[in-house]
This record gives sequence, C-alpha cells and structure tokens, in this order.
Amino acid sequence: MLEDKDRIFKNLYNDLGADIDSAKNRGDWSNTKEICSKGRDWIIEEVKKSELRGRGGAGFPTGLKWSFAPKKVGSKPHYLVINADESEPGTCKDRDILRFEPHKLIEGCLIASYAVNAHKCYIYLRGEYYNEGLKLQKAIDEAYKANLIGKNSSGTGWELDIYIHYGAGAYICGEETALLESIEGNKGQPRLKPPFPAIVGLYGCPTIINNVETIAVVPTILRKGSKWFASLGKPKNTGTKIFCISGNVNSPCNVEEEMGIKLKDLIEKHAGGVVGGWDNLQAVIPGGSSMPMLSKEISENITMDFDSLVENNSGLGTAGIIVINKDQDIIKCMARIARFYKHESCGQCTPCREGSGWMWRILERMAKGEASKDEVNMLSDVTKQIEGHTICAFGEGSAWPVQGLLRHFKKEIIERNNFDPLVKNNKNIPYLIDQHILEEDIKNVKS
Amino acid sequence: MSLKKVSKEQPDKFEFSEENLSLAKKIVLNYPTGKKKSAVMALLYLAQKQNNNWIPLAAMKYIAKYLDISYINVYEVATFYSMYNLSPVGKYFIQICTTTPCMIRGAYKLVDVCKKNISEKENESPDKKNCSWTEVECLGACISAPMAQINEDYYEDLNVKQFESIIKDILKDIKPKPGSYRGRVNSEPEKNRQTLLENKNA
Repeated sequence: MLEDKDRIFKNLYNDLGADIDSAKNRGDWSNTKEICSKGRDWIIEEVKKSELRGRGGAGFPTGLKWSFAPKKVGSKPHYLVINADESEPGTCKDRDILRFEPHKLIEGCLIASYAVNAHKCYIYLRGEYYNEGLKLQKAIDEAYKANLIGKNSSGTGWELDIYIHYGAGAYICGEETALLESIEGNKGQPRLKPPFPAIVGLYGCPTIINNVETIAVVPTILRKGSKWFASLGKPKNTGTKIFCISGNVNSPCNVEEEMGIKLKDLIEKHAGGVVGGWDNLQAVIPGGSSMPMLSKEISENITMDFDSLVENNSGLGTAGIIVINKDQDIIKCMARIARFYKHESCGQCTPCREGSGWMWRILERMAKGEASKDEVNMLSDVTKQIEGHTICAFGEGSAWPVQGLLRHFKKEIIERNNFDPLVKNNKNIPYLIDQHILEEDIKNVKS
Repeated sequence: MSLKKVSKEQPDKFEFSEENLSLAKKIVLNYPTGKKKSAVMALLYLAQKQNNNWIPLAAMKYIAKYLDISYINVYEVATFYSMYNLSPVGKYFIQICTTTPCMIRGAYKLVDVCKKNISEKENESPDKKNCSWTEVECLGACISAPMAQINEDYYEDLNVKQFESIIKDILKDIKPKPGSYRGRVNSEPEKNRQTLLENKNA
C-alpha cells in the first residue's frame, strides 16, 4: 500500500480545508517561481522523465503532448484547456480535486501554461458541478488576489488568465475536439483529426488539452522530482492515481493509490469488500463504463495499470471501478449502459447514432428473454460495425462494454434467449426476411 | 442525442434584467475579441435562471441578437445540451441519476417514490405542484449512489425512506439539506478508512 507521505492529494477528504492558506500549508505555491525559472524545456523534460500518462482515459504521455505545441508563438496565441467535463459513469475523482484541492489545479495550470506558452486557460467544467464551480471560482479569485496568477503570476513575469466555461450536460464534450467546439459556442460534435488540437485547436490556435488530475499532479512531480514519481507504480505506468470504487461494495469511496495496485486489494482493503463476500462477485468494470468488463477469475489477480488491463482486453480508462455482484442482472446492467450511450451519442456519425440505439434495444430484449438465438451473433456484429467507423472514440466506448458482456456472459444470454429466429418460423412472410440469416441458410445448404 | 420538447406556450417577449445584462457583458469579456459566440452557453444559463428555470424561444432570439449570431445557432445549442429546459419545470427540479452505478444501488426505487408522490410520468404537472422530476444520465457522484440533484444541490447516499421525506419537505416548500444522507464525510470510506489517517480530525 502507498505510504501517506507519497500521496499527492493530501486533502482528498477535506480534512484540512481547501482555502489558499491551508493549501499553502500543504506545500502548494511554495516555490512556483523557482520551478518556472528553470525554463520550459526543463519542465517538459521532467514531465517526460516522470512518465506521467494522461489521467482522462486514453493514457497519452503528458510530456510528449506538451512538446507538440509549437516552440515559439507565431501569429496565433496558444491556449491551455482543462477538461473537467467528468461524465463517465463510475468516475467522480475530478469532483474531489475541484472541491478540495483547487489550488493544486490552478498551480498546475500556471506551470503548464508557462510550458506551452499559453496566456489564457479555460477550464471546461460540466454544468451539473455548479457548486464545485463556485468553489473553484473562489480559489481562482484567491489566487488572483495573492498575485499568484494574473499580470505577473507568482513573480514569474508570465501573464495568465483562467476562466471557467460551464458545459451543459453533454457527455460527448469530454472528447477533446467536441469540448473545443463547445467552448466556441457550437454543438459539441467532435472534429476530424488530424489536424490535432496541439496545432489547430481552440479558435484555430495551438491548444493543449489535459484532464484535471493530470494537471493537478504536475506541481508535486516537479517539486519532488521526476525520479520520485517514476519510482512509484510500474515502468511506463508510473505514479499515483485516484481510484473511484462504486457499485456493490460495502464502503464505496475515492482513494489515491499507486498505479499497478491489485484490483482485489483496492476492493477488499479500501472499499470494504464486495457486498456478500468476494465469492458473490459477478464482474468488475475497471475503468469507467466504456471499458469492457472483467470476469471474477480475471479480477482475482489483475493489477490496475494501463498495460496489464489492455493485455486482458480492457483498459484503465479513468479508473472508475464499478463492482457488480451476483444479486444484479448483468444483462440489464449493460443494457442500461447501452442506453446511456444511445442518449449521449452526438448524432454526427451514422454507425454510432444508429448503432448505439440498436445495441440498446437488442440488450433490453435480451434482458427480458425476448431475443432470438441468432441475435447474439448479430449484436456482436453490430458492435464490430460501430467500432473504428466513427470520427471520435465514442464508437469504441459504446461498443466495448457490449463486447465485454458477450465475451464473458455469452452462455447466460443464450440460456435466457432461446427462441428460433423469426425467419425460420415465418419463412413465407417476405417482409420478415432477414438478409443476415438467409445468407447463413444458403451457406448451410451449399455445404 | 436526446429528444427535447419545446413548450407550446411561449411568452412573446424576453429581455435580460439589468443585473443579467451587466453579467452578460462580463461573460463576453472572458473570450477573445470577435469570439462573442463562445458566450452563448453562459447566456442561455442566465436566461434559464431568469425565466423560472426554462428557456423560451424569445430568449433564444434575444441572445442571438445580443451576440450578433443567427437564431439557429442559438437554437441548435439550446436543443443539443440536456441541461437547458425548453419547457417549464417545477420550482424544485429533481433529477435522479439512473445510470448503472446508481441503478445497481437502487436508483429505480427513488424513481418509484417520485412516480408515487409527484407524477406518474417524468416532466409532468409542474403547474399543479411546485416540483417536477426526471431521469438523467450519470451525474458524476457514483461513489455516493444512489443520488439525486435538486436544482443545484446534490443529495447523496439516499434510501427510500429518506428520499420520501425529502419529497415531502419539497411539497411543503421547505428546502431539504443537501449532502450525504448516511452522514459520511465527503468521499471517504464510511468504515475502516486506511489512508491519510494523520489528517483525520486534524
């Protein structure tokens, strides 16, 4: 288990107060000027050496992302955008940073802005976090008043302004280019990449977009050194991470732990164990709803880091762990997640807009036992048609959880849905013909 | 993309109050010159707040004029995002999160409470009662499931009995106390906390 001295978010549970004086007592803002005076290249190099990977879901190396920003400011200004549109089901880590550690985020904004030559920083906050927004704004005002940000931020000579931009309940705006569209005052529909936002981003200017947690850990990394951060966790999966453990556990909670901690330890030690005991575990969704679920057997030994989860056909995502025990109907759970994706699809690409609805309706019928045998394969086929055929990663996000269900619970689905396909019952009714099955029939006849 | 119903009854006119006008001026300054359009989301919030928590079409036209953009630009934003109400809602607007993490901890029992005490269908009868309810997607408080948002505040760790008393209070026009209803502190584990023990009760 991680020692308390190595934890970055000392005020995760608000034992110490979130105001500027308490934050300074915890070491925030202590030598910001000194850090900045070491220069941009040093900052980016340190972040690269720490092997920090983005905490928003994709796990892209942060230092590398920063180095994509043009070295010199040309005719267009640079922007830093913080993604605080935390809407992934199972995830609520950024909320605690915004409420209780806002100064870590603001200091991170200053250092990151300095490193990527940005004078303006927008924090895109989800609209539902109204109260968290007020707390963040209060912290920003405190920082302005103490001259920590503003015309001459912390005595570095760097000018920085931070603004909060509220979203309005669209999950898709957590996708970086949709987020930029939203700030520009449009519908949140993702853009094609390339060009990447680092070159053509907000208002067509170079823009670096990072998750709240990524930015909030940067000041501590620079203070304690990249070696310290890289010594925690596993190679290529370094440092600490806030895990959110929700669902059927005895004490759901947020906890900061080392990367690469065993999933079983997280659930048993921190979250009080599965309701009804470990043997009552049915499945775990390890990284927010868009990551495929893990079966009980895999959950037994898996470690929580990017690479080992990818090896097991899943992903760390945002590290929002949803524990599902045997009292729940697993098909119904996934049908609800499919409904979430159907609701949140932005409607831009046809495979996702239509496919997410298909998946939801098929799963709803499967949960009730009203689907026919052949629909299991059809569902798998639909997920494959969505995955990789959309502008943004939402397609994968909606298809993967269904694929996870099919991977681990195909037997249960087939047991419950044992009808013959409609076409077999009503072969003489032309409008019920399903091309998909007819083709299979023809194949069978030929062979 | 969610379906949104635009109210049939619309006021003829809408104008920002003086207070909101000065706020709107400030908001526009947050964005670079020539990028006034960015302020559209914030201004829609202002309009919603001023007009009893819903946005009439007249307000969209007004905002379009104010920001010098086309009406359809404002309309598409207002219809895209789920937090803009295009029909009247109750003075207390109850949103129950029913996405999987909340669902497996009993969110649909809270929905049943609303069905019994407020209205059979969601988004109904705000004119007869002082509240209306709706199911929403993940509100980002999964470790405090099941939970509901009433206007701006989060009500967490609920059970049926507590939620019934919350609804009763609301029907009597008393604002219930937000926060956790199991008495836990923020997002720490209720039992057997293992981390940051030195800070606890510091």
